[in-house]
Amino acid sequence: MANKPFAITLKPGTSLANLTGSWRSSRPVYLNRLPPCNNACPAGENIQGWLFHAESGDYEQAWRVLVRDNPLPSVMGRVCYHPCETSCNRGQLDEAVGINSVERFLGDEAIKRGWKFDAPATETGKKVLVVGAGPSGLSAAYHLARMGHQVEIQEAGPLAGGMMRFGIPKYRLPRDVLDAEVQRILDLGVALKLNTKVENIEQSMQDGGFDAAFLAVGAHIGKRAMIPAGDAAHIVDAVSVLRSMEGEDKPMLGRKVVVYGGGNTAIDVARTVKRMGGEPLIVYRRTRDKAPAHDFEIEEALQEGVMIKWLSTIKQAGVGEITVEKMELDEKGFPQPTGEFEKLEADSVVLALGQDVDLSLLNGVSGLEIKDGTVQVAPNMMTGHAGIFAGGDMVPSERTVTVGVGHGKKAARNIDAWLRGITYVPEPKHEIATFDKLNPWYYSDADKTVRPMLDIIRRQTSFDEVQGGLDETNALFEARRCLSCGNCFECDNCYGVCPDNAVIKLGPGKGFEFNYDYCKGCGICEAECPCGSIKMVPEDI
Amino acid sequence: MGYQTVKFYQTGTYTVGNRLLAPDERSVQAGELRSNSINSGHRACQGCGEALGARYAIDAAMAESNNQLIAVNATGCLEVFSTPYPESSWQVPWIHSLFGNAPAVATGVAAAMKVKGKTEVRVVAQGGDGGTTDIGFGCLSGMFERNDDVLYICYDNEAYMNTGVQRSSATPPTARTATTMPVGKEPGNVFGQGKNVPEIAMAHNIPYVATATVADLRDLEYKVRKAMKMHGARYIQIFVPCPLGWGAASHDTIKLARLAKETGMFPVFEAEHGEVTGVLKIRNKQPIEEYLKPQKRFAHLFGKHAHPEMVAHLQAIADRNIRKYGLLDEEKAHG
Amino acid sequence: MLKQIEGSKAVAEAVALCRPEVICAYPISPQTHIVEGLGEMVKSGELTPCEFINVESEFAAMSVAIGSSAAGARSYTATASQGLLFMVEAVYNAAGLGLPIVMTVANRAIGAPINIWNDHSDSLSQRDSGWMQLFAETNQEAVDLHIQAFKLAEELSMPIMVCMDGFILTHAFERVDIPTQEQVDGYLPPFDPRQSLDPKEPISIGAMVGPEAFMEVKYLAHAKQMQALELIPQLAAEFKQQFGRDSGGLVRTYRADDAETMIVAMGSVLGTVKDTVDELREQGHKIGVLGIISYRPFPLKEVRAALVNCKRFVVLEKSLAVGMGGIVATDVRMAVSGTGLKGFTAIAGLGGRNITKASLHKLFLEAEQEKLEPVTFVDLDWDVVNKQLERERQNRHSGPIAENILFDKGMSTSAKFG
Repeated sequence: MANKPFAITLKPGTSLANLTGSWRSSRPVYLNRLPPCNNACPAGENIQGWLFHAESGDYEQAWRVLVRDNPLPSVMGRVCYHPCETSCNRGQLDEAVGINSVERFLGDEAIKRGWKFDAPATETGKKVLVVGAGPSGLSAAYHLARMGHQVEIQEAGPLAGGMMRFGIPKYRLPRDVLDAEVQRILDLGVALKLNTKVENIEQSMQDGGFDAAFLAVGAHIGKRAMIPAGDAAHIVDAVSVLRSMEGEDKPMLGRKVVVYGGGNTAIDVARTVKRMGGEPLIVYRRTRDKAPAHDFEIEEALQEGVMIKWLSTIKQAGVGEITVEKMELDEKGFPQPTGEFEKLEADSVVLALGQDVDLSLLNGVSGLEIKDGTVQVAPNMMTGHAGIFAGGDMVPSERTVTVGVGHGKKAARNIDAWLRGITYVPEPKHEIATFDKLNPWYYSDADKTVRPMLDIIRRQTSFDEVQGGLDETNALFEARRCLSCGNCFECDNCYGVCPDNAVIKLGPGKGFEFNYDYCKGCGICEAECPCGSIKMVPEDI
Repeated sequence: MGYQTVKFYQTGTYTVGNRLLAPDERSVQAGELRSNSINSGHRACQGCGEALGARYAIDAAMAESNNQLIAVNATGCLEVFSTPYPESSWQVPWIHSLFGNAPAVATGVAAAMKVKGKTEVRVVAQGGDGGTTDIGFGCLSGMFERNDDVLYICYDNEAYMNTGVQRSSATPPTARTATTMPVGKEPGNVFGQGKNVPEIAMAHNIPYVATATVADLRDLEYKVRKAMKMHGARYIQIFVPCPLGWGAASHDTIKLARLAKETGMFPVFEAEHGEVTGVLKIRNKQPIEEYLKPQKRFAHLFGKHAHPEMVAHLQAIADRNIRKYGLLDEEKAHG
Repeated sequence: MLKQIEGSKAVAEAVALCRPEVICAYPISPQTHIVEGLGEMVKSGELTPCEFINVESEFAAMSVAIGSSAAGARSYTATASQGLLFMVEAVYNAAGLGLPIVMTVANRAIGAPINIWNDHSDSLSQRDSGWMQLFAETNQEAVDLHIQAFKLAEELSMPIMVCMDGFILTHAFERVDIPTQEQVDGYLPPFDPRQSLDPKEPISIGAMVGPEAFMEVKYLAHAKQMQALELIPQLAAEFKQQFGRDSGGLVRTYRADDAETMIVAMGSVLGTVKDTVDELREQGHKIGVLGIISYRPFPLKEVRAALVNCKRFVVLEKSLAVGMGGIVATDVRMAVSGTGLKGFTAIAGLGGRNITKASLHKLFLEAEQEKLEPVTFVDLDWDVVNKQLERERQNRHSGPIAENILFDKGMSTSAKFG
């Protein structure tokens, strides 16, 4: 610049010498917050993480991130009651992201494309026995196998799947889907012994030389209610009915079938009966809004012609008919008898009042604690007996497929640690990315994609799957509705909105860095971060 | 408006960038190689909307002109915070002459480029609202009227900020400034004054007039790029909140620009040869209070000695803008 | 080529020969004929490449010139009087930025009262603006000074005003030798700016400079004008070589060798002064003339050298520092300080008042006898002035001065009917 007029003319960009970072009283930092969906997922899926890849159309990578936590996405995408969607922040904007439908799309895509799990990197030489091939057992076996352990599942029944096969009707979960996802787990090298009921767990472990065991026998003994009934009255339990649907001999229930209960199992049985040509009537002692079944399932059942009698209890079961008493709710919401009775036609009564656990395999095992018909486990899923872990419906929990899968993963991690003589310490949870942390302005309006439903006639007459899946275009659309709560999705907002160019873009997949030499701490980046992935923290002055 | 050529991906539609967009569909600001026409180290206040708006605009103009750009600057905050001896923030050829002559200086630069046959070199002039709508208005009108090949960008923060927040002809009614104090019967700036320079620009029948805000980057870049594709006199007024002058939090700069647009207080539109050709619709209409309350310059309208009648008057102004420019979608307008 | 031509037209042709690239103009009498001439030449294609811009004000005219000059184009404008005042902020700015703009000032009085006739108040008001100012004595010199001015301005990267008396020169038809394009091209090289706005080298021009460097910037501007004191005579010498004429330079003396009384003046009045001096010389008076061509930079050394051998001098100037007296006289006195010379100031010709030989005879003879007041107002109508002063003493609401004076002089229309 020596050849330019003194002082009046300046060299370009020389203000870099002025480090305006010294003005700052608080600094922005990047952080990851826990998306509410991830927080709500009983299987501990990194939902935002796999949606991130689905958004760019990289379905295989999305699937691979998904199955780090859950080996059954195709099943999950059908039967999960998706608490993730209930907690989804997008629900406060328009409608929750259809996480469940994208999950199903990814699961189905994996089956279609024949994607396999990565083989375990190491072999530990340890053997683990998994008792029960339900969701929890399969999940544990999968995770243990991927950690390099040798796993054998012993299953009392003739087929793998547990309640996924013997409790959930085909119209909700086609069996080829289940079979494909089970087989993929077995392809990892997991041994499956069917029709092998473990009578004595300690004996079985000793016989097989197992270093640890994970018990997940489920709860499949139907609860009975004390209903005065004549000898000829036809009373069966729901679990038996659903189980027998999988065998050669379909249940003989007659035309008029009364299903007693208000849970999802009651709905499943009633809809099954409808499909077999019967006339199901659900009797439940409370009201619709108090019923434990999910409302959408009640709605679907009603659409299909299932009749429901609310506020009624069965007082007596006879031949061809039952007597019900009308109930009314007291001020606390509990049903109270009214003394009004009614007779109803009923060729059979199916009790759907919940299930108990068959704990016989634990006879004689020391240190166990049994309470309310379930096995008590420590936070690491281990029973009172060292080396024996348990999960799924046989431990105190919400009894869903997803919870079972989550137990399996958690147990596998703890079994792995136990086998190594260490304690598994989960990573501390990030603070939750609540809606107030977001700047939803940046997300354009986009209504949820509605999945196709089978036409009503076929729903009433066949076991074809009721709810269809998404195709690639609408799965992509749905994935892109994700707000990426609490996790940077490289939208470049911070990089763009900084008046001081104090954000450095590191390149695709690498995110951003603050240049604290120039950041004045104005906080625009935090305010305008759509997903709440920036936080202002006071400077130590 | 015609610019939204991309059916944006649902994630991050309105964000600066988007990893899901093809590179040529991304904003200039999302680019790692953007010009950063104003470099780091400038002395603008924390959260300065003008620094941001100027970088947005000049970077876009640089991109569109293939870096063949000369910028002229009126006196004002932008000039002072960017070029205090011995450091300049500018990375483009830049000249500052006076407060009121930027349009004429730009005319001269453009004439020089023309006479030298450097048709590829384009000229941008820029100034604040005072330098544009008041003291530079004669030169601006002259430049418009001659249809000189200059894109003039006004960074509108609605008062003379550099001199300590005095009223300009762009100051809105009721706003407190150092020369319109919130005292007396009609506190703050009075109703019934001020001038609408975008409309006056349109009255010159120049090829292009547009308004934009720092809250809608894609719209802003689209307009600058469109203007740069044209020749002749062009005018863009960019709404740039001033945290200091408005008594607002430094992190609210973009939020306030957004609210100015979403309330209808600052209509965002474009016009060619004197006719409005497009408006940026309000996405989520907000009552005027949402815009006023975060700003201390309007604090006297609320609280103990509130002036609900003045708030209502401001709301009426916003509603009139909405009607006049058709800022709401039909269904929303009736809904 | 010799032409019988109006001064303005001659200057327009001279400027065109200098190949200006951007001309901007706002009309004000008596500058109009210059830019009209140039405008026609650009429009006809005779002067090309050149952009002629009809701006909306003098402020814009100077601002456009600032932009075009900073962008590397040879830039020219012309103005006068109120127009010059209207562009003052930009005038200072162009100098501060060191832009070699050439501007013709068709010197004219400044109102109020509004007056379109010649004096030097306008350009002298810009004495400290940082511009160089050269004053033409004749239309030939006006032509020649413009050619030299471009070269001088661009060599130093400083703007320059070429001052020529409004109407007296601008509107006078005289014989002027208009040089050829080849001659001018041989003298004036193409504009090679010290710095210019260029995307290839993105400099920032026009920084804010604080106390730490402002004095140095200002001193450097002063230093450049000091360099101009060396350069101006050189350029005049080169000009003589190329064009065969004495033109320009810092000062010029006339019959001064043995003069005891020296008359100092600028511009066209030098013609009348010289005629008067010729007559007085014939009568045996030892009287001579010093014409100042370069008012800024002011040639202190040359003025002192020209006056140091006389006994007394009169600075005859068409300008008034109200409340003080002479403007040029102050500088001349500075030049001779310490010599003990007797100096008189004569204010004449304000607002176009004729400066007659008769008045000058009287003035110069009184000067010779050292009977003058320190400041003399030549041909002032004391009767009118005293009447008005008396009126104001008697009556606070004495009415508008200019109207009263016209009334007293019997020139007002209302007086005719009143």
